[in-house]
Amino acid sequence: MYPTEFRYTKEHEWVKLDGGIATVGITDYAQHELGDVVYVELPKPGAKVSAGQAFGTVESVKSVSEVYSPVSGEVVEVNAALGDSPEKINQDPHGEAWLVRIRAANAAEAAALMDAAAYQAYIAEKQKETSSG
Amino acid sequence: MSDDRIRKARPHPSQSEGLIFEKSARGKRGMELPALDVPGVDPERELGAGETRGGVEGFPEVSELEVVRHFTRLSTWNYAIDLGMYPLGSCTMKYNPRVNEFIARLDGIATEHPYQPAQLSQGCLRVLRDLERALVEITGMDAVTLAPAAGAQGELTGLLVIHACLADRDGKARKKVLIPDSAHGTNPASVSITGYEVENIRSDATGQIDFDELRRAVNEDVAALMLTNPNTLGVFEERIAAIAALLHERGALLYMDGANMNALAGVTRPGDLGVDVMHLNLHKTFSTPHGGGGPGAGPVAVKKPLEPYLPVPVLAERVDGSLWLDSDRPKSVGRVKAFGGNFGVLVRALAYILAYGPGIRQATEDAVLNANYIRKHLEDDYELPYDTPSMHEVVFSDARQRKSGVTTIDIAKRLIDYGFHPYTTAFPLIVHGALMIEPTESESREECDLFIDAMRAIAEEAACEPEWVKTAPHLTRVGRLDEVAAARRPILRWKP
Amino acid sequence: MSYLPKSDADRQAMLRAIGAESIDELFRSIPAEFRLRVPLKIPGPMAEAEIIGYFRDRAAENSVGYASFLGAGVYRHLRSVVADALLQRGEFLTAYTPYQAEISQGTLQWIFEFQTLICQLTGQEVANASMYDGSTALAEAVLMAERITGRRRVVTARTLHPEYRDVLETYAQHAGLEIESAGYGTSGQADLDALGSAVNDRTAAVVVQSPNFFGAIEQIPAVAEIAHAAGALLVVAITEAVSLGLLRPPAEADIVAMEGQSFGLPPSYGGPFAGVLATREKFVRQMPGRLAGQTTDAAGHRGFCLTLATREQHIRREKATSNICTNQALCALAMTMHLCLLGREGVREVAAQNLAKARYAARALAAVPGVKRAFTAPTFNEFVVRLAVPVDRVNGELLEDKIIGPLALAPFYGELDDCALVCVTETTTRAEIDRLAEGLRHILAREPATAGRAVKRTTGGD
Repeated sequence: MYPTEFRYTKEHEWVKLDGGIATVGITDYAQHELGDVVYVELPKPGAKVSAGQAFGTVESVKSVSEVYSPVSGEVVEVNAALGDSPEKINQDPHGEAWLVRIRAANAAEAAALMDAAAYQAYIAEKQKETSSG
Repeated sequence: MSDDRIRKARPHPSQSEGLIFEKSARGKRGMELPALDVPGVDPERELGAGETRGGVEGFPEVSELEVVRHFTRLSTWNYAIDLGMYPLGSCTMKYNPRVNEFIARLDGIATEHPYQPAQLSQGCLRVLRDLERALVEITGMDAVTLAPAAGAQGELTGLLVIHACLADRDGKARKKVLIPDSAHGTNPASVSITGYEVENIRSDATGQIDFDELRRAVNEDVAALMLTNPNTLGVFEERIAAIAALLHERGALLYMDGANMNALAGVTRPGDLGVDVMHLNLHKTFSTPHGGGGPGAGPVAVKKPLEPYLPVPVLAERVDGSLWLDSDRPKSVGRVKAFGGNFGVLVRALAYILAYGPGIRQATEDAVLNANYIRKHLEDDYELPYDTPSMHEVVFSDARQRKSGVTTIDIAKRLIDYGFHPYTTAFPLIVHGALMIEPTESESREECDLFIDAMRAIAEEAACEPEWVKTAPHLTRVGRLDEVAAARRPILRWKP
Repeated sequence: MSYLPKSDADRQAMLRAIGAESIDELFRSIPAEFRLRVPLKIPGPMAEAEIIGYFRDRAAENSVGYASFLGAGVYRHLRSVVADALLQRGEFLTAYTPYQAEISQGTLQWIFEFQTLICQLTGQEVANASMYDGSTALAEAVLMAERITGRRRVVTARTLHPEYRDVLETYAQHAGLEIESAGYGTSGQADLDALGSAVNDRTAAVVVQSPNFFGAIEQIPAVAEIAHAAGALLVVAITEAVSLGLLRPPAEADIVAMEGQSFGLPPSYGGPFAGVLATREKFVRQMPGRLAGQTTDAAGHRGFCLTLATREQHIRREKATSNICTNQALCALAMTMHLCLLGREGVREVAAQNLAKARYAARALAAVPGVKRAFTAPTFNEFVVRLAVPVDRVNGELLEDKIIGPLALAPFYGELDDCALVCVTETTTRAEIDRLAEGLRHILAREPATAGRAVKRTTGGD
């Protein structure tokens, strides 16, 4: 479910580093929590982002979720296809529905994030909280 | 969806009704004008060739009866107070007296122009004065502005007044407004427009604002606390006087959101509790009709030190007793709406107050009685997240029903099949899966009993046949609508 | 009390069921020292007949029986009893915001129809379900332009309604907006040169009203060019919606903020009216206010629901596009019904009647010695006259003839202290216009003796 080559944030973004380019999306857990995604707002290529800061939003019918950048750098590409087909985020959050590609200024930022096993433990804990809450 | 798939005829005792545009045919009309009693003119010559239009493209052309049927049929697809209980929490859906509609339409009331001379407006101005006096007495405040058009505009006005007053007093502005996490969304949104930052304050285990956290949060950056009282759980903030004292001690003010004034009118007065600024929703407590979402009126009442900052115009009295509107107020926050407040709404609110007089207390008592009666009869079937005493509304959660996959929304939708409007769902945010029920004083014991029966039946259905509840409503003209499709590819207007 | 459906026996039985000794027990969370021990000092109770009596008495203290030439953002137009009768159906009147779509299709469908009618009328692509009024719609339009452009300067024409400018100032005072005003020329239109030099690459919006406060029709395409050349948005305010029955809609505008009162709502001493906000499709997510959209249910039947709600305060809270919640739904419904009754032909005819009567009045007044047209631009149903004697004096004397004369402009524009704004609609009769002209002729003919003398203002309000 959660690819081992990704790193994950506590805010439920994933990041995959590929030669200094970080591809970022939201996790399957996040899309599930949001429900049917109806709209995605992304920055323009060239925008500067920094780790931990919001760069866009993902919306369902009755909620808005900010997306935080896992790494600092410059946005080099955004997934324009999501404009017309936001539902892809529900269908393939870890693949086709990536959000942005960022030229990472500091690869160590991503390395410091959770790996797949740690993230799965983290969301298991979350799920326990909600079912008892 | 393409038009050819929309079939007009469907089996149902009330006819299906298309859009008015789909009934249109060239040459029909629904209203005739008196013959022109002056010479006609050529618009193109008068206004210039490029300046006119031939006719409004796409406008409907229908006869009078078609208009009557169209809107009458549409009306039959709505639920309404006139049909039955409408227990939307924090919305105070009470009876809208018919006499209010009658008097608002009188010649000399509906017909008056805001710029006509004050000497020909004394009747309007006396309505405003009588309403101001009544609201000052009911709230225990010192002065009131009737200008704001709705509750949210009242919040904005109140915050602007606070901003101006504190800047005047301190020579500089404070930065933050504190808001409990149980607050209505308009509170933080209004704060944003006034340039303040929002700081959320947690609720404690009783559902009231966490006093210790509040004590830590109030510092010299804090302009005010916005407190709804009773809060959105229907719980009276018992420490309100201490809260006011704490704020005042540190130079901050207490703003009370009066959305739930229906629990207090005639029983206690916010002004006596230490509140500095508050707004009222006349379309809630004071019975003016919601009309499918408006219009409303959101008067703001203040204590004496804040009076100079109220928006213009301000009602003033001459020595001879005649009234006029004063716009020359140097400390005023300005004008919040052109032409003063929603006079037609204010008129209805005054009619409501006159009908009750001091007996308005009985309405408050009945409202609280109904809420507690419903609470008592439903607490075996629904989870009560806070067992603090309820005032005019009670908040349950769907914790028990969720075990069989049934949520507050599902229960609400099923309630429709039983002939009731749903309660407020999923609010306040501090209760997961909230059912927020406000019956108001307008419901008889019999209607409350019916509602209780329906809610109990649904609780049983949720346990035994959850799918039936989850797919409700089953008896309405349309089923649950695809809100996802509506938001993904919005169709916001008809096109030929 | 006839509004309360309980007998005392009911109340006692309910208290017993709750397990409370008395009603006071239910109020125990209010500290005793704060509970009122004496009845409120407010008038009442009154029976229905007494309430009607009170308001009839108030109505008699107002202007019933006077002919009026006031407009300036609030207009007397014909209304049909058909719309008013339908409006009073409890299913419209006593319904709440249509959040529960399955039992609110009536409201949702008419909102969808309203949004469509507004788009057709204004030449815009999307319209919301209503704002409080024209003035707050305009303020929201400007805040919207600021969000879209990320710029902080606003240029308004001085020909924009002064109270609309006031409301904009109020809304903008903590938004960091810098508002600059550009003057008008001898035509009575916004001075394009002044606008041009005020607009720069930091301008978020250029705001003009058409027909403007003086009744003059603005040169929208030229203003649009100035705004768009600088990358600013054009916001057009409309206070006299009836003008759109004849006038080319402001299709060049990026946002239209309009007052809909003229279509089916009484003057009602200033409200409630129907604010309208319309814009281009690409800006819809920056738009404040409710929106109804078309969709289907599981069986494929067409239906309507509120949509794009994530813009709004109940979801986005402090980051919402506006704090608006309650709007002017019932007023927008009155407008929808009125427009459906008038229809394509009627809307044009009513506008044409306004134009014809205003032209007749302009000619009749211009023939009176001492009355001159102040401006030269084409006008719709309002125009400014310059009087040879103080306006307040004239209006004071006209009252004796049961005529509420044209609006003195002195309180709004100091430099136009000898000017008045005349409004004539389809409800103004030829006989009333003739009476006004006749009255002016008499007053002005005997005035030279008193001209120029300081006079006490007789108008109230402003």
